[in-house]
Amino acid sequence: MAVVKLQRPKLNFGEKIYFGALIKGFFLTMSHAVKSLRGKSVGAETLASSGLGVTMQFPEQRWDSHLPEYYRGAPALVTDEQGRERCVSCQLCEFICPPKAIKIKPSEIPSDDPWAKVEKRPLEFDIDMIRCIYCGMCEEVCPEQAIYLRKDYLITGLKRADMVHDKKRLYEIGGVRVGLVNKWNELK
Amino acid sequence: MPDIVFQIAIIITKIVVLTFIVVLPLVPLSVYFERRFSAVIQDRVGPNRVGIPFTLLGFKKDFHFFGLIQPIADGLKLFLKEDFTPDHVRKVFYWMAPALTVVPALITVCVVPFGSPISIFGHSEKLVIADLDIGPLFIFSVASLSVYGITLAGWSSNSKFPFIGGVRSTAQMISYEIALGLSIIPVLMYYGDLNLSKIVQYQADNGWLIAPLWNEHGTIFSPAYWSTCGPQWLFWFPAAIAFLIFTISIFAETNRMPFDLPECETELVGGYHTEYSSMKFAMFFMGEYAAMVIGSALIITLFLGGWSMGFTLDAKIADWHIAGIGLAGLIHIGVFLTKLIGFILFFILVRWTVPRFRYDQLMKLGWVVFFEAALINVFLAALVVAAPQLGPVIIGLGAVLLAVVTVAVIWVAKVSEETPKVLRA
Ligand code: SF4
Ligand code: SF4
Repeated sequence: MAVVKLQRPKLNFGEKIYFGALIKGFFLTMSHAVKSLRGKSVGAETLASSGLGVTMQFPEQRWDSHLPEYYRGAPALVTDEQGRERCVSCQLCEFICPPKAIKIKPSEIPSDDPWAKVEKRPLEFDIDMIRCIYCGMCEEVCPEQAIYLRKDYLITGLKRADMVHDKKRLYEIGGVRVGLVNKWNELK
Repeated sequence: MPDIVFQIAIIITKIVVLTFIVVLPLVPLSVYFERRFSAVIQDRVGPNRVGIPFTLLGFKKDFHFFGLIQPIADGLKLFLKEDFTPDHVRKVFYWMAPALTVVPALITVCVVPFGSPISIFGHSEKLVIADLDIGPLFIFSVASLSVYGITLAGWSSNSKFPFIGGVRSTAQMISYEIALGLSIIPVLMYYGDLNLSKIVQYQADNGWLIAPLWNEHGTIFSPAYWSTCGPQWLFWFPAAIAFLIFTISIFAETNRMPFDLPECETELVGGYHTEYSSMKFAMFFMGEYAAMVIGSALIITLFLGGWSMGFTLDAKIADWHIAGIGLAGLIHIGVFLTKLIGFILFFILVRWTVPRFRYDQLMKLGWVVFFEAALINVFLAALVVAAPQLGPVIIGLGAVLLAVVTVAVIWVAKVSEETPKVLRA
């Protein structure tokens, strides 16, 4: 490779004195300060700022109504319109999950169950939300379209145990998904 | 005998009130300002939450008070952290260093005049702990001790980054102390006095050094001022140069942003305090901000009129009294603190505006630019101060000499800065 010798730019006297740049810098920072105090910073409107800078102040203001369609929040299990658990505990999500957040204990569906034909459902389904990185791999890999990333983002707890979502909690968050949802299609 | 007891009581009261009630709270306050102001500059909010949690006591609303209690929370956190001493340090010096940075900064408080003499029931008392006749020299000599703290911290930490930080700081402080000392010689020549209280009193009567908008004959609105303001404005030029050099050197002395190479995070992790934790680290932090407060106080006192309000207002309020207590002293403390906080805000603005210099640029600025400029400024000021007593011929001769010296110095500086010829390209 040819060696390219870079010439330092020749500075003229004004640039060498450096004060011009300083004054310009002061104007820049001060104009930011004034704008941010007046709530007129660039982007304050689109970011729904609290009136100081561009920051939205969290517990009072929420991002909820601004969440984009593709937002990836907490993963959750869904039932279909007949109330059937979609998950067949194939454990593919458990396998793919990069931080190993999912733990599934499969079980057989007894033969007197109306959905006996499905054969399997999870007995336990735990997602450790301390481990989950919201990557969406589980959603992508699920052959039954039973697991979805919802828009819940406020997952908090006082103990580690609080942060493990069990099956009941997962269905609570997930709710019902109607119709055949083809993941390559628009969400229905 | 009771007189001595009374005197000692007054001195102790002054020490306690001025150091622990006026100056020390300014340190956390400037940390708070630093965080809020930088946040505002960067379109953020900054710490605005810490307050009194009234909701825990069953009230409706918390009391945030703009997060002013944040520095206390920070301090408490640092206090409760483990005070870890690594195995490989030189223990005695390692423990001494933080104290050595804080103490000098706080000692210098004692010569700063906080206000005009306050009179309580006819007894007038100066608002300065020690009314020394060598104010600025005392500050320089004591403040330069704080370099020991930083150097010892760097050396005793026994690890490479703190060591580089310590060495840098030593070189930087010693270089800039020269510019610092030389730059105020014109100012001291002008006042003919080294007592800071008298310097401020003089400015209150005759106009601030870099804003001489009034003198004993009146303010700029009166014709008497215009006929007598010549020498004042003539001295304004050396004063402005001195102000510039002095302010920038103070930035370098206090290791503030454009010159914070001893602790620059990008190269040296944390610089000289890398190995420190808990309260020891907090002491360095405090020392830095205390130095900043004192530096601002010194600049204000020397150049911006200290506690004086200016425009000959000081003389007018001098004998306002309420219940035997002179108001002037209190108002002047307020004015001084307002100026101080204003200047601290300027420090912060500079920190968030000006990018850090390279180390060779820093040294070049100190030795090649400021040292020479301050030196020439001394002669310029001498000429200006002496001009009224000299005949035109001697003034002209002096001016020619000054010009020759200036050109010679600039030439020397230029030659010394020429890049050496490359022998083999
Ligand atoms: S959620 Fe989907 S991928 Fe995971 S076990 Fe159930 S069916 Fe399989
Ligand atoms: S979103 Fe990613 S990390 Fe979270 S459970 Fe699904 S696969 Fe695991």
